[in-house]
Amino acid sequence: MRNTPVAADPVSLTDDAAADDSAPGDTGPLLQVDGLRTGFRSSEGTAWAVDDVSFQLEQGRTLGIVGESGSGKTMLARSIMGLLPRANIECSGQVLFRGLRLDQMQPSELRRIWGTEMSMVFQDPMTSLNPVVRVGRQITEVLRAHRRMTRSAADDAAVELMRSVRIPEPERRAREYPHQLSGGMRQRIGIAIALACGPRLLIADEPTTALDVTVQSQILDLLQQQQSERFMAMILVTHDLGVVAGRADDIAVMYAGQIVEQGPARSVFRTPRMPYTDALLRSIPRVDDPSHTRLAAIAGRPPALLDRPPGCRFAPRCPSAQDRCRQDAPPLVGGVDPGHRYRCWFPLGAEAEQAGPPGNAHDTVSGRVPMPSATT
Amino acid sequence: MAGSGTAHLREDALLRVQDLVVEFPSAGGRTVHAVSGVSFDVQEGETLGIVGESGCGKSTTGWAVMQLRRPTSGSVVFEGEELTSLRGQDLRRVRPRLQMIFQDPVSSLNPRRRIGDIVVEALRIWRRGNAAGQTEKVWEVLAAVGLDPDSVVSRRRHQFSGGQCQRISIARALVLDPKLVICDEPVSALDVSVQAQILNLLEDMKARYRLTLVFIAHDLAVVKNISDRVMVMYLGKVCEVGPAEAVYARPAHHYTSALLSAIPVADPGHERQPVPLVEGQLPSPIAPPSGCRFRTRCPAAQSRCSEEEPQVREVSSGHFTACHYPPIDPDVAAAVPQSAGKAR
Ligand SMILES: Nc1ncnc2c1ncn2[C@@H]1O[C@H](COP(=O)(O)OP(=O)(O)OP(=O)(O)O)[C@@H](O)[C@H]1O
Ligand SMILES: Nc1ncnc2c1ncn2[C@@H]1O[C@H](COP(=O)(O)OP(=O)(O)OP(=O)(O)O)[C@@H](O)[C@H]1O
Ligand code: SF4
Ligand code: SF4
Ligand SMILES: [Mg+2]
Ligand SMILES: [Mg+2]
Repeated sequence: MRNTPVAADPVSLTDDAAADDSAPGDTGPLLQVDGLRTGFRSSEGTAWAVDDVSFQLEQGRTLGIVGESGSGKTMLARSIMGLLPRANIECSGQVLFRGLRLDQMQPSELRRIWGTEMSMVFQDPMTSLNPVVRVGRQITEVLRAHRRMTRSAADDAAVELMRSVRIPEPERRAREYPHQLSGGMRQRIGIAIALACGPRLLIADEPTTALDVTVQSQILDLLQQQQSERFMAMILVTHDLGVVAGRADDIAVMYAGQIVEQGPARSVFRTPRMPYTDALLRSIPRVDDPSHTRLAAIAGRPPALLDRPPGCRFAPRCPSAQDRCRQDAPPLVGGVDPGHRYRCWFPLGAEAEQAGPPGNAHDTVSGRVPMPSATT
Repeated sequence: MAGSGTAHLREDALLRVQDLVVEFPSAGGRTVHAVSGVSFDVQEGETLGIVGESGCGKSTTGWAVMQLRRPTSGSVVFEGEELTSLRGQDLRRVRPRLQMIFQDPVSSLNPRRRIGDIVVEALRIWRRGNAAGQTEKVWEVLAAVGLDPDSVVSRRRHQFSGGQCQRISIARALVLDPKLVICDEPVSALDVSVQAQILNLLEDMKARYRLTLVFIAHDLAVVKNISDRVMVMYLGKVCEVGPAEAVYARPAHHYTSALLSAIPVADPGHERQPVPLVEGQLPSPIAPPSGCRFRTRCPAAQSRCSEEEPQVREVSSGHFTACHYPPIDPDVAAAVPQSAGKAR
């Protein structure tokens, strides 16, 4: 979203955060996820929907998580929030939010954080809205529960929130039920509820997938504007690379439960290193291409949860796969671009990298690339 | 057009739809104006893309062409025959030449039946060939859509991914050797990588079986990729029709411009323009706006737009719009003879 160079940012961001409020965790990143794994137990074994995911997110920044259906995006978002189904779930790894171990918290403690510190916008606003309660009331309930406002103060605040997410005639709309609103308006209400208590982190899981393109771009602009006004961090989850391209500072690409490539948006989109990211980008039809342009489809489909190949998970579909790929799983490591990491033994553009500027060579060798906003 | 008119129709079309109207009864004796005077045609071997946002009447148009939903009024001429007046046996005779791939690939396949039975069904109903010939045809189309017939025929729908279900739907539509296939959002529910497979597959099938396609979608990039000509719809009306390249490079309707600027582009360097749309909801098809139906959201609307419905007119060769004040150089628009469309 903002064009500030990634490497120059975190110091000042951290300072702002510390000045604003001095909770113990405000010197580190806002969110730090380490080795997160989430699996479903079944008679055939544990199916790891999220499998060793690590990243950091600084205050005020946007991370776009992209990946195809089933790659584990929603499970990752829910695992961070602590919103997992109870039964037959196995979870390990760390989720540090402002220095607090969310993964070790009791539901009652988490409930205090939801809404006030971090909140979520869901794909289908109908699932998060109560169909028999007026939408204005649904916003005031959140406000009153977390902020102990009087009814009339909450009513005023709710109308103000609805206005801020650009719902026309908010006083009248507040008295309507969800089914009386269009899909785009319902999503705006979902966003208003998520923003009601001024969270520091907003996780939006496919917030516009169910909406038309014109509405989609309005909702995404709205999220982006609210995010920068409130200096909120955001995780934008989507399967549409176009949605995050101009809107995220950093991108994480998921495949079969893992982050296979991550880094500054520009770097990931312009010089993808992992063949999967590259293939995904090439398979998208572009309006600028002439009609009947042959699309670069990826053959086959992702592996089933319980049937993942031993080495690189993309190897069965990868045009560059070699023997090593089928045996050893590649780690997530960095190249010359700061913060850009990928899981691949034979990354694209590797020749160019070896001949690259000598000043960066040590980063590649040690594997310790400065990772301001996305680190393992 | 959000307007009407037939200036864009051609003489030698395989399918010619004229002034199509489809209405549904609604609560309180009111009427849903789903499709309100839509005209278009498709020449043999051509792919016509139909785009527009949810609820603009794309599927309803497809169903009405197929006569799966009888139009309230209007004409549908396919291979020289007026389908709207055909009944019973006569309609059955035409059906195999005109097929549809339905919007939801998964639910359009019966979960209890085996894939082989689903695909062969049409051949049995239409008594095409003997059992051996039917089996051969089923094997051929399943292989053509990239499935392994031996392992697929005895399985059921839940054992397949969305992309595979879509391949099966395509195979089912091809088994009768149709002339024209209406594809209703065949890739909307699919991931981009599978979408690319299916779009390529449709192009291959089109070449192999010499098909003519009507391709319905809401994704403009997808529509451009597969179409020769594109028609943009809004709230039951046609906005713009023309060669894909022309419509995308020089949109002649404000709604098309808005759609184009809303496309998410997978390039972080892409300069996003704000979508030129008046905020607000899509009007209800029960009480559509007077004049140009797009006027409540159009940034260029003038008083004439609410009083007079724009008629289709040509702005450049084969490129038509239904807008009083198209977003193109007015001199160019004025210089084009208005009768050029019919004459060709
Ligand atoms: N309750 C469940 N039991 C077993 N497996 C599940 C369950 N919920 C999800 N999964 C599996 O976990 C994996 C990750 O699912 P997830 O919903 O996170 O994917 P996603 O990336 O969000 O996909 P989509 O784009 O379709 O929303 C999938 O393979 C899915 O089938
Ligand atoms: N059986 C029906 N009864 C009443 N109204 C209907 C019926 N079928 C469709 N409609 C209405 O007709 C209009 C056009 O619907 P249609 O399904 O053709 O739109 P569409 O362009 O295909 O939309 P989508 O992109 O969501 O598939 C909508 O307002 C819809 O609600
Ligand atoms: S590790 Fe090998 S198989 Fe995996 S993406 Fe890289 S080249 Fe392809
Ligand atoms: S200028 Fe008028 S006629 Fe043209 S699209 Fe806008 S409202 Fe319709
Ligand atoms: Mg999901
Ligand atoms: Mg439809």
